Amino acid sequence: MRAVVSLLVSGLSRIGLWGRGVVVAVPYLWLMLFFLVPFLIVFGISFSESIIAQPPYSSLVEWLTDEDAGTSKLQILLNISNYFRLGGDDLYILAYLNSLKIAAVTTLFCLLIGYPMAYAIAKADPARRGPLMMLVILPFWTSFLIRIYAWIGILKGNGVISNLLEWAGITSGPVEILYSDWAVYIGMTYCYLPFMVLPLYSTLEKMDPSLLEAAADLGSRPFKSFLQITLPLSLPGIVAGSLLVFIPAVGEFVTPELLGGPDTLMIGRVLWNEFFANRDWPVASAVAIALLLVLVVPIMIFQHVQGKQAEAGR
Amino acid sequence: MKRFGFLSWALLFGYAFLYVPIALLIVFSFNESRLVTVWAGFSTKWYGELIHNDTLLDAALLSFQVAAVSATLAVLLGTCAGLALTRFGRFRGRTLFGGMITAPLVMPEVITGLSLLLLFVAMEQWVGWPDGRGVTTITIAHTTFTMSYVAVVIQSRLAGMDGSLEEAAMDLGARPAKVFFVITLPLIAPALVAGWLLAFTLSLDDVVVASFVSGPGSTTLPMVIFSSVKFGISPQINALATLMVLVVATGIFVASIVMARQERQRKRDEQMAIQNG
Repeated sequence: MRAVVSLLVSGLSRIGLWGRGVVVAVPYLWLMLFFLVPFLIVFGISFSESIIAQPPYSSLVEWLTDEDAGTSKLQILLNISNYFRLGGDDLYILAYLNSLKIAAVTTLFCLLIGYPMAYAIAKADPARRGPLMMLVILPFWTSFLIRIYAWIGILKGNGVISNLLEWAGITSGPVEILYSDWAVYIGMTYCYLPFMVLPLYSTLEKMDPSLLEAAADLGSRPFKSFLQITLPLSLPGIVAGSLLVFIPAVGEFVTPELLGGPDTLMIGRVLWNEFFANRDWPVASAVAIALLLVLVVPIMIFQHVQGKQAEAGR
Repeated sequence: MKRFGFLSWALLFGYAFLYVPIALLIVFSFNESRLVTVWAGFSTKWYGELIHNDTLLDAALLSFQVAAVSATLAVLLGTCAGLALTRFGRFRGRTLFGGMITAPLVMPEVITGLSLLLLFVAMEQWVGWPDGRGVTTITIAHTTFTMSYVAVVIQSRLAGMDGSLEEAAMDLGARPAKVFFVITLPLIAPALVAGWLLAFTLSLDDVVVASFVSGPGSTTLPMVIFSSVKFGISPQINALATLMVLVVATGIFVASIVMARQERQRKRDEQMAIQNG
């Protein structure tokens, strides 16, 4: 083992500066091929026509040869009807708006539950902070699917909540929360909560406590100090956490599919159905491009925040 | 004694919200009755049935293989990416590179899945590879979205680390590759372990991307769970979930103990070095 390592080291050392190029080039090329190029292909296919073939979409570019005239021409057909369909059909517009609404409500719930948690942990005894944070992150390591599944048993009619309410005499029959927008809010808040607490905690923990002490000495009430000092200083954490929840939540598929009702429209579900049920790849691609357009501004803000944090960490 | 104020209640509520569903899931996996939420006595029969469910076991084996290979690839690629972003200063195309590293963290899964599938189909048409879809395409897809998480973990470890050790080694004439293997690598080892575990669990958890890029005969465990959950809840899934939670909890526990011990050892070594120097 040692011999192999030393051979590797001397081999790579001889490469010297060239090795640096490889370190950048390998992940760079990988991401170009498997992250960037696929978007261009999706963009291309969103302009093609759905046909019954393998694969089920028409080619955009055709090389036509006219034997009689002896000429040949390159023909590029862009079919924009897919986008007209998105704009003209209420189903798609409603799905986009509803996705934004559900993602916004989820983000708000995560903030309302996550902020006090992050604040309490950041204020706790330093020795206890690690384990307390660990307890927040731990559920994130268990399967997302399993955690959504756990809520089915709790929210369904004759489920845990329904039985509890009946036992307490509040209701006199099964209550079904499952298959509604509320079930989706609960499930999504549950799954995304750790993503909110993490960035909030890391900004709150860095805050200098002497600022609050100074404010208190000058006669500021705790609540006023919170509004005027803590909240503005934790803004980067609020922005980062909200984006980490909001952006993936807009395109969420599994939670609305398992917990939502048939009328819980979300764009991720529409895309899935266009692709798997209708086998209409061009429309699915157009749905994806439109979703990306909606998300491009939040994603760029996220990248900006993330970049600033990486700079600050140095 | 401190009063039990709003913050403590908020914390308690948060933890209850996070853990009660998982606890209920585990409790009901030992339920005699087929109706998952109505208690009818203690039983371990669902665990017994689990062992004879071949579809589930095959899918689990496949998922573990995919997760292990893609996590390893993701650590290799993600470490290079993290290193490039923190230690190489400015290079051409750095902005695009940084963008491609962070975007997959928030990209909706349906978009990642669809775009990768369309890439694989197009590649098959143009260059004849990959031949159909299956384990290879799932592994590539998982590597692509998990390497970003690894890169972020490595990046934050490297950013929080003092670069002076590396600089000192360079000043003493060590070549960059040697500096990396002898100094940087041992220092970021905990981050590598954490990154690998994260990539492994993310791969083991993914149902959306895998559904897009899998082919006939390559059904992963989450895909099996997803399709059976869609038909309603079953005690067998509870039993499976309990086992998965148990495995994860054990893994995290062992990893954190090992890492804490290493960290202590490192601190002790540092102290010794200071005293002796």
